[in-house]
Amino acid sequence: MKTLIKNGTVYIDGAFCARDILIEDEIISQVSDSIEAIADVTVDASGKHIFPGFVDLHAHLRDPGQTYKEDIVTGTRAAAKGGFTTVCAMPNTEPVIDNIAAVEYIQRRAKDLGFCKVRVIGAITKQSEGKEISEMATMKSGGIIGVSDDGKCVQNARLMLNCMKYAVNYDLPVIIHAEDYNLAGKGQIHAGRIASKTGLSGIPAIAEEVIIARDIMLAESTKARLHVAHVSTAKSLELIRDAQNRGIQVTCEVTPHHLLLNEEATQTFDPNTKMKPPLRSEQDRLALVEGLKSGLISCIATDHAPHADYEKEREFDHAPFGIIGFETAFAVLYHHLVRAGLISLERLIEAMAIAPANIMKLYQPGIIEGNKADLVIADLDAKILVNVDTLLSKSKNTPWLNQVFMGKIVTTYCDGDVTWKAD
Amino acid sequence: MDTPQFLGRNVFDLDDYSAEEIMYILEAAKGMKEINLREYKKIPTLRGKTICTLFVENSTRTRMSFELAANRLSADVVSFQAEVSALQKGESLQDTVYTLDAMGIDLYCIRHSSPGSPQLVHKHSGKPVINGGDGRHAHPTQALLDIFSIWEKLGDIRGLKITIVGDILNSRVVRSNLIGMKKLGAEVTVCGPRTLMPSFMEEIYGCKVEYDLQTALKDADVVMGLRMQLERQTEGLFPSLEEYTKHYVLSKETIRYAKKDALIMHPGPMNRGIEILPEIADGGQSIIVEQVANGVAVRMALMFLILGGKA
Repeated sequence: MKTLIKNGTVYIDGAFCARDILIEDEIISQVSDSIEAIADVTVDASGKHIFPGFVDLHAHLRDPGQTYKEDIVTGTRAAAKGGFTTVCAMPNTEPVIDNIAAVEYIQRRAKDLGFCKVRVIGAITKQSEGKEISEMATMKSGGIIGVSDDGKCVQNARLMLNCMKYAVNYDLPVIIHAEDYNLAGKGQIHAGRIASKTGLSGIPAIAEEVIIARDIMLAESTKARLHVAHVSTAKSLELIRDAQNRGIQVTCEVTPHHLLLNEEATQTFDPNTKMKPPLRSEQDRLALVEGLKSGLISCIATDHAPHADYEKEREFDHAPFGIIGFETAFAVLYHHLVRAGLISLERLIEAMAIAPANIMKLYQPGIIEGNKADLVIADLDAKILVNVDTLLSKSKNTPWLNQVFMGKIVTTYCDGDVTWKAD
Repeated sequence: MDTPQFLGRNVFDLDDYSAEEIMYILEAAKGMKEINLREYKKIPTLRGKTICTLFVENSTRTRMSFELAANRLSADVVSFQAEVSALQKGESLQDTVYTLDAMGIDLYCIRHSSPGSPQLVHKHSGKPVINGGDGRHAHPTQALLDIFSIWEKLGDIRGLKITIVGDILNSRVVRSNLIGMKKLGAEVTVCGPRTLMPSFMEEIYGCKVEYDLQTALKDADVVMGLRMQLERQTEGLFPSLEEYTKHYVLSKETIRYAKKDALIMHPGPMNRGIEILPEIADGGQSIIVEQVANGVAVRMALMFLILGGKA
C-alpha cells in the first residue's frame, strides 16, 4: 500500500517547508521536494500543514475498570481525532497498573482495537498506595516506559528515595504528580482570590512546590530521571530551572488548560473548571506560557481525564477532578497561543510531537525517511466546534464546550493507516 | 430612578444587586416588618404560589424563618429536608430538583454545604432561587437582615464603621455582609486570628484587616461577633478556645474601644462565654434578638419581590 501526500507544508527539523511525502505500508519511504510516483492513494495537501504525529505523555484511558467513562477504543479514537499517534496511559485504573499482566492487557487491547499507539506507565508503588515499591523491573520487561502514581503522590520521602533508586536501575523515568496532601487538604481550587471569595477550600501553590523541591533533591541524590507532570505554578518553574542549571535530570510538561485558563474560570462553579492541579493565578499562567516558549517546559500533555456527566455535573466540591483533552489540545493552543502570536507554530509542534517522544525515549520522532508513518494533516484555516455531539470521547467534561477554534486536524496517519479523517 | 426589577431574579449573593436595589429591598422589608407586628400576621399576596425550602444542610432556625416568611405571604410551602429524603439514599441534587420541579415549585430557598449549589438548583429547575447559605460562600438573606437591622437603628449606612470579629475564614455571613455593606458605603474591618483570615481580603472586598481586637474596634459604630467553633482547634487553626477568648471575646472590657453606644450584633447561634460574654449579648446595645425578627421581614420582602406579589 502506497500513499503519496503532495504539496503540503511539512514540519521538518523544526521548520516548515514544501515537501511531498511517500508512505509505503507503515513507513515513510521518501520525503522530498517533489515526488512523482504511482501510489494507491494520492492526497493533495495544498494549503495544509503536515506535522509528525502528536505524543501525549499523560492520558487516562480508564480501561480497565472505569469503562463507563472511557475505554481504549473510544479514548484512542478521540486521540486520533486530536492528531495523536501515541498516548501514554496513566496507571490509575481499576485495578491499578502495577503488574505485568495489567500492562500486557492494555497493550494487547490497544494493538487489537486502538486508533493510536498506547504506551503504558506503571505505578511507582503497589496500587499507588504509597507504601511499597511496585514490580518495576517486571513491568519494564512487559513494556512500560516510565513509572507514576499519578492522581496520587508518594508522601513518604524515604519510600520515594528508594523508588527513585530502584527506577534508575531499569532506566525508568519517574513521573510525579506533585501534591503534598497535608497542604492540599480538602482543597477544590487554587488557594487564591476566588477561593477566598467563594469559600471553596484552596489548594495552595506550595502544595505542589514543596514536593517538586523534595523530589528534585531526591533525584539529585539518586540520579533518577524526574519528570514533573502538569506543572502549574511560577515557583515550580523556578525550582525546575534551577535544578536543570545544576545538571539534575528533570523535565516537565504543561497542560493546555493551565496555559489558557486561570482561577477566574472557577468562579462560575462549573465543575469542568475543576482539576488537579487547579487552575492557578494569572501570574502563574503567564509564567507557564513563557516557560513553554523558552523551552523550560519541554512538552504539552493533555491529562485527558474523562468523567461521566452524572459524576461531574453536581455540586462543585463533590465533583471529581479532571477534564478531557485529546480532541481540543491542538486547536485551543493553536487558536489562543499561535494565532495570538505568543508562541510559534514550530514550537507548538515541537512540544506536542517531538519533545515528548525524546524525553521518554519512545522513538526517534520526526518526518524522516525510514520512520514510522505517524503524520497529521491539519487545516489551520478551518474551524472546529466542540460540543457533546462532535466529541468522540465517551465523556464530555471539557471547559471548552460549545466553543469554536481555528485549527482542524483533517487526517491522522498512525503507522501508515488512516486513523482519523474529518468529514 | 426606575423602579428596580426583581421579578424572577435569583439571590445567589449580593454582588448581583446594586446599592439602590438593596435599599429598595430594605424599604420593602420595613413594610413586611409592620405586618409581622399585627395581630393577624398574614397577607394574601402570594396565594397560589409554591415555595420550597430545600435544606440539604441542617438549619432549623433559618428554615423556620423562610417558612414563616412564605406562610405570612400566603404561599404554599413544601419543606425538603436532606436527612429524611432521597438524598440520603444517594440521589443527586440534580435529580432531586427535577423531582421537585415536576411538582410545580415557583421559588426555591436552599441551604447547602457546597458553594455554588444555588446556581446548580437554578440551572436544573429554571426557577428563581434564594440562597439560604451555601458552604462558606454566601448567605445573602443574613447579610440583608443584618444591614436592615443597622439601617433601622442608625439610618444611612454610608460612612458607618462596622467591625466583624471572629472566624472570618469559615464565615459565609461575613462574605455576603462585606459585599452589601461596602456597596452601601460602610467602612468595614474584619478581625480574627491570622490562621482564620482568608488571603486577599482587602483586595477582594475593599475592607480593612486587623489581627488585634482593640485596634479593630476603635471608633466602631457596629460590632458583630461570629460563632467560633471548637472543631477549628482540631483542624490546627488555633490552639484553644481559652486563648481565643482571651484575645477576641466581645466583653464590657473590650467593647469600650468601640463607640460608646455601638450596636452589638451576632448572626447566631452564639457560643456564650467564647466569642461573646452574656453581659454584652444581653446588654442594652445588643440587637441580636431583633436581628432574628428582621430576618423574617427581609425574607418576606425578597419572596414578594421575586414572585411579583401584589401590594
